[in-house]
Amino acid sequence: MMFIKGIFLVCGIWLSLSAVAQEQMAFRSELNKTRYQNLVEELRCPKCQNQNLADSNSGIAVDLREQVHQMIEQGKTDQEIVDYMVARYGEFVLYRPQHSTATFLLWYGPFILLGIGLVAFIFVVKISRKRRGRDE
Amino acid sequence: MRKLLFFIPLVFFLILGAVFYSQLGKDVQYMPSALVGKKVPNFTLVSLGDDQLYTHKDLPKTSYLINFWGTWCPACHVEHPFLMTLAQSGVPIIGIDYKDQKDSAEQWLEQKGNPYQMVLMDEMGNFGVDMGVTGAPESFVVDSSGVVVYRHQGVINAENWPDIQGYMK
Repeated sequence: MMFIKGIFLVCGIWLSLSAVAQEQMAFRSELNKTRYQNLVEELRCPKCQNQNLADSNSGIAVDLREQVHQMIEQGKTDQEIVDYMVARYGEFVLYRPQHSTATFLLWYGPFILLGIGLVAFIFVVKISRKRRGRDE
Repeated sequence: MRKLLFFIPLVFFLILGAVFYSQLGKDVQYMPSALVGKKVPNFTLVSLGDDQLYTHKDLPKTSYLINFWGTWCPACHVEHPFLMTLAQSGVPIIGIDYKDQKDSAEQWLEQKGNPYQMVLMDEMGNFGVDMGVTGAPESFVVDSSGVVVYRHQGVINAENWPDIQGYMK
């Protein structure tokens, strides 16, 4: 019994730790709060590189979260906020890169490879069928 | 002809190998600055010491360095002596006291010396965000037409200074 209690306790502490990175913030509406949550998860922390703004405790992430919060409360659109960040930190801050010639291969490369694979597959199947037909 | 098909995986392997090899040894922390090629953003900041308001119009008309520092930043302690030697050799440095306390910053400059032509306070870090700063120390090279040409993250020292100096025109 004590053992199970201990597990629950540890899980509880662990779950509450994951929420530590974020400050308490007041929002004018539930919608704004949801928008904030989405934005800080989509934007990458420029200092720590492999964390988003929501997860990071670095000074700059705290500042940028506050900036996102302010801009939302000022009535800026999501696109305006994203553009603001890209103008200062580059496309690097976007976890979902914009579609452009530079990111063309990134977005469509897998589909192109899939297409090539499919063509090769059909080609091989056709050849082997033809050969089997000849052998019989 | 059919035998050639067996070499396709090898060709793929060689191409991938070449791509990965060319990426070896690259600084993974390196992040291009979005500001390179752009003018220094507009600002109005209070100077340390004489409490005057300065704007981007008051920046030097020659090539200069913008250095973000703070007394809270351990690496800035390491960087400071080298900035002093740069200042002595005549490199104009604009200091931005980033997210810092006025008193401790003044004390720092008094005790360790002041390598800066002008020190502006960015207490809230708003100018830092406008410059795309990720921490301190961080330095920018601005050319004589007021355009940011280079960004250096971390300490400037005798080792990396020749590279940075190359951008000062």
